[in-house]
Amino acid sequence: MSEAGEPLGGEQAQEPQGGDPALLHGCPVTEDRGHRTVHTDVERYLALMEALYQDGFEACMSVAGVDYLTHPGRSLPEGVQAERFEVVVELLSFSRKQRLRVRCQVPAANPELPSLFDLWPGSEAHEREAYDMFGIRFSDHPDLTRILMPEDWEGYPLRKDYVTARVPVQFKETPKP
Amino acid sequence: MTSVPAPGTPPAPVRQSRQQLVELLKAKTSEGAQELLARHETSIKELRAELGGVLRLPEGVALDSGDFNYEAPDDETMILNLGPNHPSTHGVLRVMAEIRGEQVLRTKPVVGYLHTGMEKTGEELMYHQGSTNVTRMDYLSPFFNETAYCLSVECLAGIEVPPRATWIRMLMCELNRIASHLLWLATNGADLGALNMMVYGWRDRELLLAFFEKVTGLRMNHNYVRPGGVAADLPDGWRDDVAAICDTVERRMDEYDRLLTGQPVFQERMDGVGALDAATAVSLGLSGPLLRSTGVAYDVRRDFPYLAYDEVDFDVMVGTNGDCWDRFAIRMAEIRESVKIVRQVAKAMPRGDYRAQDKKATPPPRNRIDESMEALILHFKLFTEGPRPPAGDAYVPTESPRGELGCYIVSDGSSRPYRLHMRTPSFANLQALAPMARGGFIPDLIACISSIDPVLGDVDR
Repeated sequence: MSEAGEPLGGEQAQEPQGGDPALLHGCPVTEDRGHRTVHTDVERYLALMEALYQDGFEACMSVAGVDYLTHPGRSLPEGVQAERFEVVVELLSFSRKQRLRVRCQVPAANPELPSLFDLWPGSEAHEREAYDMFGIRFSDHPDLTRILMPEDWEGYPLRKDYVTARVPVQFKETPKP
Repeated sequence: MTSVPAPGTPPAPVRQSRQQLVELLKAKTSEGAQELLARHETSIKELRAELGGVLRLPEGVALDSGDFNYEAPDDETMILNLGPNHPSTHGVLRVMAEIRGEQVLRTKPVVGYLHTGMEKTGEELMYHQGSTNVTRMDYLSPFFNETAYCLSVECLAGIEVPPRATWIRMLMCELNRIASHLLWLATNGADLGALNMMVYGWRDRELLLAFFEKVTGLRMNHNYVRPGGVAADLPDGWRDDVAAICDTVERRMDEYDRLLTGQPVFQERMDGVGALDAATAVSLGLSGPLLRSTGVAYDVRRDFPYLAYDEVDFDVMVGTNGDCWDRFAIRMAEIRESVKIVRQVAKAMPRGDYRAQDKKATPPPRNRIDESMEALILHFKLFTEGPRPPAGDAYVPTESPRGELGCYIVSDGSSRPYRLHMRTPSFANLQALAPMARGGFIPDLIACISSIDPVLGDVDR
């Protein structure tokens, strides 16, 4: 990765000064185990993604939800308010051979953030999966339905407060408890 | 005298109208909005995606339903359901297509029939148990799943893997790529009517599975790659086995070239079918042979080298037309490239330990357990409590036979992954079906599904 030159968006990235984290398009950047991560929240999410798209990240490889409900505590840079949900997006630039992870904080009260479909249509299936598993809604998504679970499934299986043992196998026509 | 039914005879069946039966069947089998719906029930954005339009619209352009040149009014088309149980869908893929006559207009894959919640299971298993779970995701390339998972765990925990373990992983991965592509040749042949190829493909894959069984004890779902190294060293005489496999596969590839590549009927079925352009492929986040067939030379092994791929010599195969024929040619060539890598790995295999002697991640050697109380305690603690990587997250991409396979793990400092997400190539690549199938015939749709090479265990996890 290092031989690929300056990191994308390098002109916007500022050097850390006096303990402040570096910024990329106004969002703090951290570096952990060789991966660059940008932290953002719902308000700044779409603007950041637009800017990263313009920077030359041609492909969105993965969108995944994480539920931090029972996590003992994660380290986030200053200026980012920790919320229950996180949406983790893996961006890739083929031309510059660079990867970038975007972690967006999504509040539990209203887990909704803009869809990336208009920027990267390939995010469609991944966002449906995040909706299916975590109940995170993506506004302006063309087809926000469950993708892996049956259409009439209740609850969001990968949430930490989802009770797995309540209904052993929930098929159609199973009598509801 | 009126006839009274004798006790014990079942009551006469209630006659249901046809409409009632249809409703009942619908309630039992329908997946509602996940399915391909009639045009007037579909939003414009979704309609565009199902028609295969994925590229970004110019600034300020809004869609309306008049933009779609449908070639057919609503009442001249029908929605065809293909699968989930259909031999050409390679598992339990369900494809719904709006067709007019033989021509496919809209397509939508409906997935989830093989969903077994493996990401949820992964949160319940300790780090050293995880490989046995992830290996079952893409059941045709188990070594890749294990490697992606283990690399991610090692990245989190900061475990240094000895060179021999790295090279063993590379050897097994490349042999696995050969096996997976051979199986693809077989199923692709079966889908397109080249049934002799099906038999040959399965036969040759068996060569490799026999070697896997010799090394790992199992033909599939090996649980061989573990955090910190591999489960066991290579058996005696592995070099001869590998050399025999390489020679046989290479010889047979020439035979398959004569059997398939030069066969006009086979070529007609794929040439120009399911063509994708590079911009569409990139915007859909495709990877693997599907992306490379459009001319984008992206291979994780070369662009983001993991294991020791920067120390071996191989070529990245790219196509030009992005059609099924290119994907066939790329996979044929990749088998030969993998043979090349396997030969280099066999030649350069370093000596040394096959797993890291890291007290926090790998068990002590077997003979130490017999002699030393401390080693026994360590062994016991490790298997009951598991390794505990520090809190954080890691995503490690690898190049599986189907494309970029990445493993994202969030650790909370305990012995189980807080969140395990596999970015699986088949799941993303399946989005290419609509643009590929648009305008083709139903047999071309089969060729398209086949050339995506979806493994439903990989899609649904």
